[in-house]
Amino acid sequence: MRLQDIVRGLEEGNRRALARAITYVENDYPEGKEIMKRVFKKTGNAHVVGITGFPGVGKSTTVSKLVQKFREKGRKVGVVAVDPGSPFTGGALLGDRLRMEGLDVSKNLWLDPGVFFRSMSSRGRAGGLAAKTGDVIRLLDAFGFDVILVETVGAGQSEVDIVEVADTSIVVMMPEMGDDIQINKAGILEIGDIYVVNKADLGGAEKTVKWLKSMIMMDQEAVEILSKTSHADEYAVESGEIFERMKRSSDWTPPIITTVADRGEGIDELVDAIEKHFNHLKSSGKLKERRVRRISREVFSIITEEIRNILINEKGGSFREVVEMVVNNEIDPHTAAERMIRDLRTNT
Amino acid sequence: MERKIRVLVAKVGLDGHDRGAKVVARFLRDAGFEVIYTGLHRTPEEVAMAAVQEDVDVVGISLHSGAHMTLVPKVMRYIEEYGGDLSEMVILVGGIVPEDDIQKLKEMGVDGVFIPGTPIERIIDFIRKRVPEKKRGEKAKA
Repeated sequence: MRLQDIVRGLEEGNRRALARAITYVENDYPEGKEIMKRVFKKTGNAHVVGITGFPGVGKSTTVSKLVQKFREKGRKVGVVAVDPGSPFTGGALLGDRLRMEGLDVSKNLWLDPGVFFRSMSSRGRAGGLAAKTGDVIRLLDAFGFDVILVETVGAGQSEVDIVEVADTSIVVMMPEMGDDIQINKAGILEIGDIYVVNKADLGGAEKTVKWLKSMIMMDQEAVEILSKTSHADEYAVESGEIFERMKRSSDWTPPIITTVADRGEGIDELVDAIEKHFNHLKSSGKLKERRVRRISREVFSIITEEIRNILINEKGGSFREVVEMVVNNEIDPHTAAERMIRDLRTNT
Repeated sequence: MERKIRVLVAKVGLDGHDRGAKVVARFLRDAGFEVIYTGLHRTPEEVAMAAVQEDVDVVGISLHSGAHMTLVPKVMRYIEEYGGDLSEMVILVGGIVPEDDIQKLKEMGVDGVFIPGTPIERIIDFIRKRVPEKKRGEKAKA
């Protein structure tokens, strides 16, 4: 497919064009960048919902039921499901799609023209998403999906990249995944706009809900206490996004929804919570705020990447030179970096 | 970076024997491919739509039900109907397929048929060789 066919295809709602555009973007082909430039103006309308949580808690099953509910409400739904790619072989077994079963057998989610599902390998990247997940979300956004569900890899405790792309982040838990200390550990359990306790038909769900409740309450208290200390500004700077997200709890208390996803129980409540959160983001001006922060970071990281490329390609010779000097103990890494930056400033 | 080869491993129809498909999926993963597994009991339409949306280089259809002469051409027809391009997609069939049918499937455009007992390295080598071949074929035509 040629570039102009893909761009036109995207405008005309051709799913084949979308699929190919994603491939180009995912593999970082020059065509991918060109496509992103051309479709960018059409982005910014979708509600991006992230679903994260430990492996096996029911993220994919929850996603499939959410797809069905949003379809019943007439929304078009795009799904990006990320599974881990091996850092050793580069291979991946992408097994999220197979959970795509609605409760209503007469409605086939695989063939529904209002649904597009794409599996992605994280390609060895830590953080829970693939490097290009953000751009793939934009393609789906430009294509006209109203809701985009982003499923992370089965996350460990510190994979919190989802907050970089999602307007609403959902953390899925299940009973017996640890006690109140586990729940109060930093990382993934700090990022939820909504918490889900799935497999609630198993014993122990009430305990998990109780611990989550107390964790969220303490979040709010922590913010109040920290903002009263003399170095409150420092907290805001040092913990950046997380502090911001904790601060939001002053006007948004993350709800805890209990679900039995494979039977569809609790999914209506979850959809309500998702929509409520989006309305809250819009009416409070926080959607804009979040997007500003996100775009700043994104542009920043593109610049970093570009500088890296300049260092590797154009300045490869002098870069290797200073590295060699550090290896030989002639200069230290900071001096080496200062020299390279001086070089970049004067010669570009 | 070289483009990763994406493979859809599909179970189609009423056949519930997924051991082979799962083992193949696992070894293809270890061979460095990105493998999307469909799960059991997919219809030809579902498999075709998944192949198009996932933009895979290879579709591997596993069947032990004897319905290959009906279901495989259907999958291929729907891939084209949904806008997929069979001239650049490698189609593989795995499972119990009688000798006579292997030839017929190949005449229909199936690239390779692998019966029980096939060493997995043959499938891996076949994919590595056939995917770039087919892509080059597309370029030659354009």
